[in-house]
Formats: sequence, structure tokens, C-alpha cells
Amino acid sequence: MPGVEGFMYPNEVSLYWSVLIVLYPFITGLVAGAFILASLERVFRVEAVKPTYRLALLTALAFLIVAPLPLQLHLGHPERSYEMYMTPHRTSAMAMFGFVYLWYLMAVLVVEIWLDFRADIVALSQSTTGWKHWMYWAMTLGSANVSERALAIDERVGWVVTLIGIPSAFLLHGYVGFIFGSIKANPWWSSPLMPVVFIFSAMVSGIAAVMLLYMALMRLRKQPIDMRCVDTVASYLFYIFIVDFSLEMLDLIHRIYEADESFRSLDFMVHTRLYFSQIVLQILLGTLAPILLLFVAQVTKLSEPTRKKIYAVSGSLALVGILAMRWNVVIGGQLFSKSFLGYTTYKMALATREGLLVAIGLTLLPLLILAVLMKVLPPWPEKKHASIPEAVAAH
Amino acid sequence: MRLFRDAGHLFRLAGLFAFGTLFILTIRSFLVPRTFGEYGHYRGAAIAEVAAHPARFAGHQTCETCHTDVAQTKAAGKHAQVNCEACHGPQAKHADDPSSVDPGKPDTAVLCVRCHEASAARPKDFPQVNAGDHSGGVPCQTCHQPHSPAIGSASAPASAAGGTK
Ligand code: HEC
Ligand code: HEC
Ligand code: HEC
Ligand code: HEC
Repeated sequence: MPGVEGFMYPNEVSLYWSVLIVLYPFITGLVAGAFILASLERVFRVEAVKPTYRLALLTALAFLIVAPLPLQLHLGHPERSYEMYMTPHRTSAMAMFGFVYLWYLMAVLVVEIWLDFRADIVALSQSTTGWKHWMYWAMTLGSANVSERALAIDERVGWVVTLIGIPSAFLLHGYVGFIFGSIKANPWWSSPLMPVVFIFSAMVSGIAAVMLLYMALMRLRKQPIDMRCVDTVASYLFYIFIVDFSLEMLDLIHRIYEADESFRSLDFMVHTRLYFSQIVLQILLGTLAPILLLFVAQVTKLSEPTRKKIYAVSGSLALVGILAMRWNVVIGGQLFSKSFLGYTTYKMALATREGLLVAIGLTLLPLLILAVLMKVLPPWPEKKHASIPEAVAAH
Repeated sequence: MRLFRDAGHLFRLAGLFAFGTLFILTIRSFLVPRTFGEYGHYRGAAIAEVAAHPARFAGHQTCETCHTDVAQTKAAGKHAQVNCEACHGPQAKHADDPSSVDPGKPDTAVLCVRCHEASAARPKDFPQVNAGDHSGGVPCQTCHQPHSPAIGSASAPASAAGGTK
């Protein structure tokens, strides 16, 4: 730290975890949430949300691929990050997170997607030519066995993978919360509720994102939206939102009641620097408004177009709210001094390595990857009927 | 054996994972330094490398062997607990060869405020001044003797002592 000497806490000089570190839990949250939505369908066999099943899996993969990028851009020496895998440090939460990530990516998501799409991949490897043929052939691992029995085995194994996947998704995002919640030097973060709040907010954001994506994609493809599906997804969103909100309020009430030595300082912060992002964006617009809208859609009989509009608005608001929540956690936790004697400001850079433009790029990149993934592995059942043997369609 | 045939693709997948794991383990055996983990979660050989760096600080005992007068003054004053090199910077080279390496004198305008400038983050009972108001730009050592800074101490500069203790 050039020019800094004497009695200083690091964040009195500058804020080290930038907007990219805000993005990181947001993106992993979308992954975990989208996956949990897919798992609900799979494990509890909820037929209604089937149209979003494959989309949710691909969304989770697209966002998971991007998840480590904000961290890499934040690192001073990204080229050294692989050392985390070479020399595992068992007592460091951040170092172990690399393994949680790898486990989730390779053992859960990729395997589940592969099992689910295998029949399509085999069909595609037979119907395409040239490099595409070779690409799909490589993805079949050279096995074209899509017999009824083989697919039944896939179904069974896929179910087990999903079952393992649910705790893994909880682990993935609970871990992100744990990294904050376990920092005992920071009263804004240090709370055992943190991982739980992170998981539920992740589910909210993931479900909202898949719902929005589904509606947007259907619109783009000029196909009717399956309202039974969207209604069910929206009701999930509603219930989980309520749990999430209660947990966050529980955390808040607990802090207010406990009112420990950090309270005055944090309270001041919430009323000043974080007023807009916490009270207005996160709580009023990002949580209460969508809960109210979803509630109205639940209890009244509204027409289809109105419901669609309500879902689109509440889904978008939910995403804004969750992003604001990540912001308030990450940036908010660095705004005050450990001495409780003063506050810093965070000025977001525009075109630097950790600036706003990069953050916007990283938010859009998963959508681009998702578009490519959907080209390679079409998630829609229509195509499935056209190219897949009867055995699969029966499933 | 139909099970094996129908689950063949799963065995291929398992094989692929096994191969991947083996591949990474192989790379790892090349990339991880030989002495890693010898004593702890770091490269054992690093200790010898770091130990081989020339020392930059001599330590106050070394300074005191030659500068006995300063050491005595300091030991009696308020700066008794402040290390020589906290103010003079690393001086191992000077201690090794005093005649050719001159450490120079610290600039008190920068040095003293580093520890004494009033700041809300400092412990309340630590002596602090608002340098601008306090000295009005006059160098601190005009009134304070750096090695025994309390005003009125035996060695304080005549300009500020103004009497006996
Ligand atoms: C081996 C004896 C020796 C040791 C050890 C030694 N010095 Fe010196 N130091 C000298 C001598 C001799 C001079 C006088 C040089 C001169 O006047 O040109 C001197 C001069 C100085 C001066 C005055 C320079 C000036 O411009 O007036 C400072 C300051 C100083 N030493 C600091 C230190 C510190 C701090 C240490 C401990 C790291 C130290 N010395 C260790 C012998 C020593
Ligand atoms: C609080 C800071 C501080 C500490 C601690 C300190 N010095 Fe100094 N010292 C100074 C300053 C400032 C000067 C220059 C004074 C001046 O410019 O007149 C100085 C000057 C000197 C000089 C030059 C001769 C003189 O007396 O002015 C010597 C020699 C010296 N110090 C040695 C030491 C030694 C040896 C120690 C440890 C026992 C020590 N100093 C500890 C601040 C310090
Ligand atoms: C490395 C930090 C440091 C530096 C640099 C430093 N001091 Fe100090 N100073 C101290 C400490 C520690 C004390 C003892 C405080 C105590 O007794 O609680 C002290 C005490 C004093 C006191 C005594 C206050 C009293 O209680 O009467 C004065 C005056 C003083 N310093 C002046 C100076 C001046 C002038 C300089 C510059 C030559 C200087 N200090 C540089 C750390 C420093
Ligand atoms: C004009 C003479 C003068 C100059 C120049 C001067 N001081 Fe002082 N300083 C004093 C006097 C006299 C006192 C004692 C005041 C008292 O005890 O209330 C004092 C007290 C202090 C104290 C002790 C304050 C306390 O709360 O006990 C510190 C620290 C101090 N000076 C630091 C500095 C520093 C740093 C500088 C240089 C920026 C400096 N002084 C320059 C005259 C001076």
C-alpha cells in the first residue's frame, strides 16, 4: 500500500473487493438456483415444470462456466490460480472452494446433462455430417447404444446424480455464503445465517432467471408459453421468496435486538450509504414488490396476458433485488472501518480490469454461452420428437 | 452381462474421468516443487533462499554498541521503546561499514507525523498533535530532541527547555 503507514485498517484506504466480487456470488447463485429448479422436477417428478428442465440445466452450465471469471479478473496473478488444485490447502475455505466448484461442474452438471441429452447426441451424430458429426460423435464417447434398457439405466443413474446434485448445489452456494459468514473480523458478514440466506436467495434468483429466460425464448421462437409450467415455477418462486425474506428479516431483527458494539455504525450505514441499495432496491423493490405481485397472481384469477406481465416484472425485480443484496453484502461489508470510526466510499471504475464495462460483459457472457449451448444441444421437446427413437419419447 | 453392454457408455465415461484424474496427477507431479510440504504448506527450499537474503536491519543492540551516547539518552526518554531503525530505516550496511555508508538524518517533517499526527483511529492515550497547528512549520527537532522528545527532559534543546525539569 503506497503512502499508507501507521494505524490503519486496510479498507480505510481503499475498497478491495470490487463490483466483480459482487457479480461472483450473483452468478454462482443463478447456477445453484437454476439447478435446484431442475432437480425439483427430476427428483419429485413434477411434470408441470418439465418444459424448463433442460433449459435450467443448460442455464446452470452456462453461468457456472463464467462463475470463476470475475475471480480471475480480480486476482493479481491469475496465472497462478491453478496452484490451488496442485497443492490443496485443506484449512483454507477459499482454496477448498476450487474443489467444490470442480466437483459440481464435472461430477454433477456435466454428467447430468450428458445423461439427459445422450439420446439426442447419438441421434445428432447420425443425422449430421462433417465436423459436426465428429463433434457429436466425440460427445457420444463412441457409444451409440440408445436401447430402451440403456436409456432406462441412464434415467436411474441420472436420478441418483440429481440426488447428489441437490446437496452439491447447496454446498456450492452455501460455501459462498460461508466465505463471508466466517469472517469474524467483519460484523456485517460474520453470521451463521449467511450461508442459509445465500442459498435461499440463490434459489430465488435462479428460478426467476429460468422463468424469465423461458418466457423470453418462447417469445423469440414465436411459440406459445406453457402457462401451467410458468404458473408452477412462479408459485415456487413465491414460496421460496417468502422463506428467503423471512430469513433476511430474522437476521435483521437479530442484529437489531442484539445491538452489539458494531450496531450503531452499521445502522448509520444502512441509513446513509446503503439506503438506496438496501432499503429501496433490495427490500422494497427487489423483495416486497415481487412478493406482493406474485401473491396477487396466486390468489386472484387473472387473465393469461396479465399473469405473464406480472411474472416478467416480478422476475426482473427479483433479479435486481438479489443483485442488490450481493452488492450490500460485498460492498457494504467494506464501507465501514473496523474501528467503527468512519466510512469509505466505493467509486466504481468504468473501463478497468475490474470496472463496470467488464462487469456488464461478464453478465452478458453467460447468455452468449447459453445461446451456443442451445445450438449444440437443443433443449426443446419439439426437436426431440423429430429425431429421437420412440423409446425416448415414451419417457 | 446385458447390464455391462447396456451400461457400456457409463463405463466409458468413468474411464474418461479416470484418465482425466490420472492426467492431472501426472502434470501435478511435474509442477509441484520437489521440496513442497517438507515443513508445512510451502516450498521447503524457500527457507534457505530467504535466509540467504542479505540482512537489511541490524537491530538496536548493534547500533547501541557504537552509539552509546544516543542509546543512553533514548533509554531515559519517552522514545525508550522505539527502535532505532523505526526512525532511521534499515541500516545494516551502515552498521557493517560506518565510515563509507552514511545513514543521513531523517527528515522530521515526514518522520514524526507518521506516528504522532492526530488521527481518530489511534488509541486515545497515545500522544498526538495536529502538526500544522502545533509546530507552525518549524522542524520538530527545534523543540524536541528526537531521542528524548519530552519537553523539559534533561537533553531537550535549549530553545524549548526554558528551565529545569
Ligand atoms: C560499528 C560502529 C557503528 C554501528 C554498529 C552503527 N554506527 Fe552509526 N555511526 C558510526 C560512526 C563511526 C558514525 C559517524 C560517522 C561520521 O560522523 O561520519 C555514525 C553515524 C551515524 C549517524 C549520523 C549520520 C549523520 O549524518 O550525522 C546515524 C544516524 C547513525 N550512525 C545511525 C546508526 C544506526 C541507526 C545504527 C544501527 C543500525 C548504527 N548507526 C550503527 C558507527 C556505527
Ligand atoms: C524517534 C525517532 C528516532 C529514534 C527512535 C532514534 N533516532 Fe536517531 N535521530 C533521529 C532524528 C530525527 C535525528 C536527526 C536529528 C537532527 O536532524 O538534528 C537523529 C539523529 C541521530 C544521530 C546523529 C547524531 C545526533 O545525535 O543528532 C545518530 C548517531 C542517531 N540518531 C543514532 C540513533 C540510534 C543509535 C538510535 C537507537 C538507539 C536512534 N538514533 C534512535 C530520530 C530517531
Ligand atoms: C515509530 C513511531 C514514532 C516516531 C516516528 C516518533 N515517535 Fe514520538 N513517541 C512514540 C512513542 C511510542 C511514544 C511513547 C508514547 C507513550 O509513552 O505512550 C512517543 C512519545 C513522544 C513524545 C512524548 C509525549 C509525552 O508523553 O510527553 C513526544 C514529545 C514525541 N514522541 C515526539 C516525537 C517527535 C518530535 C518525533 C520525530 C523526531 C517522534 N516523536 C517520532 C512513537 C514515535
Ligand atoms: C515551537 C516548539 C515546538 C515545535 C516546533 C514542536 N513542538 Fe511538540 N511540543 C512542544 C511543547 C512545548 C510541548 C509540550 C506541550 C504540553 O505539554 O502541553 C509539545 C508536545 C508535543 C507532543 C506531546 C503531546 C501530548 O499530548 O502529550 C507531541 C506528540 C509533539 N509535541 C509532537 C511534535 C511534532 C511531531 C512536531 C513536529 C511536527 C513538534 N511537536 C514540533 C513544542 C514544540
